[in-house]
Amino acid sequence: MNVLKMTNVKKSFGDLEVLKDISVSVDKGEVVSIIGPSGSGKSTLLRCATLLEQMDSGELWYMGEKAAGNDEEGHTVYPRDLNQFRRCFGLVFQNFNLFPHYTVLKNLTDAPVSVLKRNPAEVKDEAMALLRKMGLEDKADAYPCQLSGGQQQRVSIVRALAMKPEILFFDEPTSALDPELTGEVLKVIKQLAEEKMTMVIVTHEMAFARAVSDRVIFMDGGVIVEQGRPEEVFGDTQQERTKQFLRNYQN
Amino acid sequence: MDFLNLLAQLAAGMGNTLLLFALTLVFSLPLGLLVTFGRMSTWAPFKNLGIKKEKERRLSGAAILADGDESLTQQMTRIERSHWSWLLAHLRRFKPVQFIFKVIIAILRGTPLMLQLLVVFFGPYYIFGVSLSASYRFIAVVLGFSINYAAYFAEIYRSGIESIPVGQREAAQVLGYSKAQTFLKIILPQMVKRVLPPVTNEVITLVKDTSLAFVLVYTEMFTLAKQIAAARTSVMPLFVAGVFYFIFNAVVAVVMERVEKSLSYYS
Ligand SMILES: Nc1ncnc2c1ncn2[C@@H]1O[C@H](COP(=O)(O)OP(=O)(O)O)[C@@H](O)[C@H]1O
Ligand SMILES: [Mg+2]
Repeated sequence: MNVLKMTNVKKSFGDLEVLKDISVSVDKGEVVSIIGPSGSGKSTLLRCATLLEQMDSGELWYMGEKAAGNDEEGHTVYPRDLNQFRRCFGLVFQNFNLFPHYTVLKNLTDAPVSVLKRNPAEVKDEAMALLRKMGLEDKADAYPCQLSGGQQQRVSIVRALAMKPEILFFDEPTSALDPELTGEVLKVIKQLAEEKMTMVIVTHEMAFARAVSDRVIFMDGGVIVEQGRPEEVFGDTQQERTKQFLRNYQN
Repeated sequence: MDFLNLLAQLAAGMGNTLLLFALTLVFSLPLGLLVTFGRMSTWAPFKNLGIKKEKERRLSGAAILADGDESLTQQMTRIERSHWSWLLAHLRRFKPVQFIFKVIIAILRGTPLMLQLLVVFFGPYYIFGVSLSASYRFIAVVLGFSINYAAYFAEIYRSGIESIPVGQREAAQVLGYSKAQTFLKIILPQMVKRVLPPVTNEVITLVKDTSLAFVLVYTEMFTLAKQIAAARTSVMPLFVAGVFYFIFNAVVAVVMERVEKSLSYYS
């Protein structure tokens, strides 16, 4: 069963067509990387998948259930209550978006307690366990502003994990970090991949994408130019646009 | 001796000034939040007006262009349509609640508080012919001040809310927080921290503005000081009044600084 399925997604901002008929699906345990030049619609695709942006046309499915579908004229309609679907996914932002007025621990526990209505003590134990796993247990009572960028991003990954999502989306998780801090974040994502967490990662870290992904999607101009196993896309792509993009990246 | 006597005479006025100050804050700080909600309302009831027809028209419009030359009547109807669609476009964007609150805020900030106090007090009589009891004078003073300050606070709150990165809202939304939870747990606490300095400014202004209550013959301290100064032909009462406002504001500044400090555990 697909954890995520998006079919024939179209999205425009005014006259600018950003997504032109995109279809993707992600299987359980699969790690999919999305690469492509900036402005190609990668973030918009993730924002449509995470319900931050409404599609103009197309369908969205989570765990085999339709979260949004087309009306008879082909315009996407959303149900009134999307919370059931919001529980399926987590999103890690480029600039973390941790809640600055909450401690690290409160950042992790607040949503499970006040949204999922789970037992606070239990949630706290789980959150501490996750922090320990990340080597951040001594930061539980710190505020986000007291952490380095890499630590903040790792906390925001834990915040998403604490909701126990079926699938985790990353939008350029290391782009806001100094080069020496990207490693610690990529290591965490790699670890999650080994644990068979279903993930969709928009990234410019080509070596990382190649190492960690089961599948790589190359997007350009609002379409999926090609997708395949990393060695196919990075190794011997037949697509001129992909070649050109990757060439620019090697320099 | 004479000085103590003067203080005793002014004391009642000081009490009234403090009372007006406190009541105005108690009402205007939360009222300002409601005004902000109105001002930030995005409700657009005509959002989808004629969207369907527009699409059909666009299709037929494309047909005309494809045909090449259009007849005069076709041109005429096309121009008419473009006027109509201009009007439609504006109507679709029209946000009535936001518009009303924009106008209210503009009036409250754009006219003298003194005038507003007079309107609140005499309005009910002149407009509705209602004659009001003597106690309404006090109510009118507090009402006038609260409404006026709510308008200023509302705009301060709004700028505070708008200065919070959208990522905060988006992170909350993705985590499944309801709109109310997002506002109360994520936006409001951060907004409070951000608006403290400009709110302090307004509160200090309010301390001094209380003297305007004299127009409704509310014997706040400055009114009293002026009367005593005239009776004694001495500037001493006015000087004492000045010192009173200064100390009052010094206390306000210290309190607000404390509050700011208590929120400085994060940035
Ligand atoms: N909210 C928006 N309003 C208008 N244009 C937008 C908006 N979001 C994205 N765009 C435009 O859509 C295009 C694709 O953006 P994005 O999905 O962010 O690309 P990427 O993440 O691949 O760099 C860009 O040209 C961008 O300017
Ligand atoms: Mg992007």
